[in-house]
Amino acid sequence: MNFNFNFQMKMKFNFNIDFQPGRVEQACSHAADCTTQQRSTEINLRQFILWPVSIFALLALPFGSMCSGQERPYFVTYSHEMEEPGNLEIAMLNVTGKPEAGNRFWGSALEFEYGVTGWWTIELYLDGVSISHDSTIFTGYRLENRFYPFARQHWINPVLYVEFENINGADKSLREVVGHDGAADFVDRNSETRREKKREIELKLILGSNFRGWNVSENLIFEKNLTNAPWEFGYAVAASRPLKLSASARPCAFCAEKFAAGIELNGGLGDRYTPGLHNTSQYLGPTMNWRSPWGATLSFSPQFGLNDFSLPHLFRFGVSYEVDQVFGRMGFLHRHKEGQ
Amino acid sequence: MKGRLPAMVFGSISVLILMGVAGGEWLSKVPSSDHQKINPVRNEPDAVAAGETLYRDHCSTCHGKNVEGAKKRPPLVSSRVQQEATEGDLHWLLVNGNPRRGMPSWSRLPDPQLWQLVAYLKSLAPRKE
Repeated sequence: MNFNFNFQMKMKFNFNIDFQPGRVEQACSHAADCTTQQRSTEINLRQFILWPVSIFALLALPFGSMCSGQERPYFVTYSHEMEEPGNLEIAMLNVTGKPEAGNRFWGSALEFEYGVTGWWTIELYLDGVSISHDSTIFTGYRLENRFYPFARQHWINPVLYVEFENINGADKSLREVVGHDGAADFVDRNSETRREKKREIELKLILGSNFRGWNVSENLIFEKNLTNAPWEFGYAVAASRPLKLSASARPCAFCAEKFAAGIELNGGLGDRYTPGLHNTSQYLGPTMNWRSPWGATLSFSPQFGLNDFSLPHLFRFGVSYEVDQVFGRMGFLHRHKEGQ
Repeated sequence: MKGRLPAMVFGSISVLILMGVAGGEWLSKVPSSDHQKINPVRNEPDAVAAGETLYRDHCSTCHGKNVEGAKKRPPLVSSRVQQEATEGDLHWLLVNGNPRRGMPSWSRLPDPQLWQLVAYLKSLAPRKE
C-alpha cells in the first residue's frame, strides 16, 4: 500500500490531478461544456488507479525478491528479445493525453508476460480507460504470442507476433497506432464508444538488432477486425542505449548503467484501400527507463503528435516487475507447506 | 557389414543424445572466430566483481546463488566452463543462448557486461567431477 500512496503522490505532483474521494464526475462530456474550475481539476482517478495497482501489488509483492530485467524503454515498439523461460513479467503501462475537442483520458494496460521457452513468449493484457468528467471502465483483453524462429542471434533478428484482441471502442491503451486512428477517436463518451465491439487479429513482424550497446527495433503491424473491415497497417521504430555499457563492481541504485534512453516513433500507415501516411497519426518522442534496486523498472516517455490528425501530446509511463521462475517459486511454497 | 549398420546408427544416436543430455553440444557450434576471442576486460581489476554482481542479478535464480546449478540448470563450476570452454565460447553462449534447451540469449546486456560475466565465471575454481 505504501507503493500505491507514493504512486498517487507522484501523479498529483506531475499532473495536478485531484484525488479527492468521490464518484466520477459526469457533469460535462466535452471540454467546451466544462467550467474553468471543472477543467482545472481534471480526472478523479481513484477508481481507475486502484484496481490495476492493487492487482499489480497483490501479484508482485508476495514474491519478495525480483530479478532486475534489462528492459528496453519502449512503449509501443517490441524488441526481438524474448522473456526468459519460466519468468513472469508484470507491468502496468499507462498513457494520458487530451484531445483539443474532448476531455483528458487515461488509458492503462495491465500486462502479464511469461516466457514459455527460449523461443516462445505469451502475454495477456487487461485494458481499461478513464475519461475526465465521464467514467472509468474495463475495455477488454488481448492475448499475444511471440516466436523467435532461429537458434542463434543474427545481425537482424526477426520475431513473429500473433495477437487476438477482444476489446471495445472505448479502449485507449494505445498499444499501437494503425490505419487512420486519430484524434477524433478520443472525443466521444465511454458510454457511446464502448458499444463498438472489436475482435481483432493483429500480426507483427518484429525486427531487432543490437550493435555496440545500441538496440534498434522496427515493427510492421497488420491488424484486421474479424468483422467486415479492411486490413489496417502501422509501424513502430525505436532505438535506445544504456547510459553506461559496463556494470559497476558494487550494487548501486543510480549508476549510469541502470538508466537507458532512446527515441521512439510510431504511427499508422492507412488501410488496404487507402494505404500511406494521409490522414494517419504519427508520434515521436524521447523515452527513458530506470532499473531500481528493488527490482522494478520505471519507464516514461513524452510523445508529440507530428500532424494535425494526431493528439498534440501523449505522456506514457509504466512500471514493471519481473518474477524469476514463477512456477518454481510456487512449487517451493507448496513443498514448504507440505513439510510443515 | 549390414548387421553392423543398425548398431552404428544406434550408437551414433546414443552419443548425440548423451551429448545433448550433458548439455555440451553447444561447444561444437561455436564458430572459430568466436572461439578465439579474448576477453577485453580480463585485466580490469573490477571486472570479476562486476561480473559477480551481474551474475546475482541475472543468472543466480537458474544456476544457483553459489553457481551450483539447480534442477535441470547446469552448475557453472565444472571442467567444461572453467577449462574446456574458452572465453570466446562462453561469450558466444551468452550472446546466442541455447533456446531449444532453455538457455535464453543475453544479447540484451551490452557486450562489456557479457565479458564481465565471462571474467567472473572464469575466475571460479572448477570442482572435481
